[in-house]
Order: sequence, then C-alpha cells, then structure tokens
Amino acid sequence: MVRAALPGRLSWQAATVSAVREETPSARTLILDIPDWSGHLPGQHLDLRLTAEDGYSAQRSYSIASDWPGDGPVEITIQRLDDGEVSPYLTDVVQAGDQIELRGPIGGWFVWRAAQPVPVLLVAGGSGIVPLMSMIRDRGRRRARQPFRLIYSVRTPQDACYADELRRRVRDDPGLDVHFVYTRKAPDGWPAPPKRIDVATLNSHGWPPDFAPDVFVCGPTAFVETAADILVALGHDPKKVRTERFGGK
Amino acid sequence: MTELDGNSLAGDLAEIFARDMTAARFTCGGCRHTGAVATLRVWTPAPGVVARCPRCGDVLLRLVHTGGSVLLTLGTTRLEVPR
Ligand SMILES: Cc1cc2nc3c(=O)[nH]c(=O)nc-3n(C[C@H](O)[C@H](O)[C@H](O)COP(=O)(O)OP(=O)(O)OC[C@H]3O[C@@H](n4cnc5c(N)ncnc54)[C@H](O)[C@@H]3O)c2cc1C
Ligand SMILES: [Zn+2]
Repeated sequence: MVRAALPGRLSWQAATVSAVREETPSARTLILDIPDWSGHLPGQHLDLRLTAEDGYSAQRSYSIASDWPGDGPVEITIQRLDDGEVSPYLTDVVQAGDQIELRGPIGGWFVWRAAQPVPVLLVAGGSGIVPLMSMIRDRGRRRARQPFRLIYSVRTPQDACYADELRRRVRDDPGLDVHFVYTRKAPDGWPAPPKRIDVATLNSHGWPPDFAPDVFVCGPTAFVETAADILVALGHDPKKVRTERFGGK
Repeated sequence: MTELDGNSLAGDLAEIFARDMTAARFTCGGCRHTGAVATLRVWTPAPGVVARCPRCGDVLLRLVHTGGSVLLTLGTTRLEVPR
C-alpha cells in the first residue's frame, strides 16, 4: 500500500522503539523514534497498528505521554490488560530496536493549549493519566502560570505511573497540586480508607465551578462517566468538561 | 463491544478529511443536540464503528473498513473512500 504522502493527510509510518521504561509492574513506556514527526499538542494520541504474518491486523489508540519541546522522541505508556489482544504485546514483548507502525498526531479537542489563561483540573483514572501527564510536562517546560490540580485514581500506590516525577514536580513546578485516590489499598498512614472517586473528592480537591476551570477527565469509560457526571452535578459547565474514554468498565 | 467516544474516531476521520474532526460540531438530526464530534458515543467493533448522539442515541455516523476502502455513512449518505 504505497501512497505518496499528501500534505495534511494522515498516513501510517514506521517508527523505531529506541528504549523501554517500566513505569509500574503492569505499565510500560515505549520511547519512539519517529522519522518525520510534525510535533504534537498535549492530549493528542497516535494510532498503532500491528500486523501478523498472515495479514491479520489490530489497531489501537495510545495517548502521547511526552510533551514536545520542538524535537526529541515521542513517548507512550501502555497499561497491560491481562486478557487484552494488543497491550500485553506492547508491555511484555516489544523491545528496543523493534519497529512498529503508527500514525499521528491525532485529535484536536482533548488538548490543552498553553494560551488558555484559566485554571485546569485534571482527573485521571488508571492509564488515563497518560495524556494528562503530557499537559503537566508541557506546563512545566513552559513555566506556564495556569494553576493545575490533578486528581489521580489508582488501585494501589504501586499502580501510579510517573510517581517520582509527579512528586518532584509538586515540589518544583509552582501551582501544581496532586491528589491521589486509592481504590483498593492506600499507603500506610493514609488518612482515608480505599474508596472510589466521589463528590467529596472532586469538591475538595477540584476547583470551584465559579473559577470556570478547563477540566480534562480521562480513563476507563465507567470512571470517566462517573467523574464527569459528578462535576456537572457540582455545577461545572458541561462544555468545559472534556472527556476521553479509553474503553473497558 | 467496547464503549468509547468520538476521540477514538480521530485517526480514521483524519485519514479521510485530512484534518482533525474531533473538534467539529455535529447537530443531531433527531433531537437537535449539538456538541463536538469528540463527545459522540462510539461502539466498536460493531462491525466497524457506530457513533451515536450522546443525548438521544440516534446513530449519526458509521465507519467500516473493507479491504481497500473505508465506508463512511453520515445520516443516509454513504461515502466510499479508497485507503
Ligand atoms: C483515544 C484513546 C487513547 C488511549 N490511550 C491509551 C494509553 O495512553 N494507554 C493505554 O494503556 N491505553 C490507552 N487506550 C486504550 C487502548 O487503545 C486499548 O484499548 C487498550 O490498550 C486495550 O487494548 P487490548 O488490545 O490489550 O485489549 P482488548 O483485547 O481490546 O480488550 C480486552 C478486554 O479489556 C477491556 N478493555 C479495553 N480497554 C480497556 C481499558 N482501558 N480499561 C479496562 N478494560 C479495558 C475490553 O472491553 C475487553 O474486555 C486509549 C484508547 C483511546 C480510544
Ligand atoms: Zn440526538
């Protein structure tokens, strides 16, 4: 399927996995060397395509975890689903040096634009942290002044991606707050028992609706639905609550 | 079947329209609800992808990959686009 690349038209291309990094026992970052990457906005994703020798192919979307300073590699982080078709291959089999087929950057709605002068609330469930991390990294690099609050729901402390970097950024990036919600096991000494994200969490750790923040909610479908419903019930304008569903329950 | 949203259509639509369509606004022919394409409810793989109005559930768009082309149906209009 050879096709001259038309300007502006999205085409599949080969990228090389230049390195891999374990983020948690079940999530891995692939560092991708993509020959003609045009750059991306925080929140965009790429599509990845795997093709077997018999021609069977499977396609999935992965958010871009890295920001874009003008060049450099592009990173994606994949959460393994044990019964999944594609994710176990990306987390367990792919190695540095392998080639994969992808197209991107993709999406223009679920993106944070640094020119937007309002506070930002980020709400992540599990792997939903990935595009939000790109926003946090972009903000940090630009030293942007919009205050960011991240509410990050994970099963246990070990399941938090980018934990060290988030800790460092909370110390070094003024105006960035991070609040964790643990659904199965909280760290020792944590003041609350494990629970799911609820009205109280979003009310106490989000921004008040009168601040008219930009809100980005991302994660498994059911998580996104719950969080977005609560935010709208708390008085946030549905038009300012941007959501991205990763599928699953 | 997995439930996603219009963000997941971005790549397939960008191949056809040569630009991002997730920020484009739709108006539902059934209930007149308007919103960004990113907010459509998407079921996949159905065969292919079915995108419905988040308010009334009407089917607004279908996208099916065949061997060499993509079939895109918007309302009652069908476009067959070679890949
Ligand atoms: C725009 C977009 C961006 C995405 N970005 C990322 C990302 O950055 N990192 C990432 O890890 N994933 C991301 N995903 C999800 C990803 O595309 C795949 O769906 C995921 O990796 C599962 O693929 P699989 O082939 O392993 O599982 P499949 O074989 O497709 O599914 C296996 C089972 O898991 C269920 N399932 C599917 N997705 C999920 C989920 N997210 N959570 C729980 N259960 C699920 C299915 O319903 C099914 O029962 C994104 C999805 C979209 C639409
Ligand atoms: Zn409708």
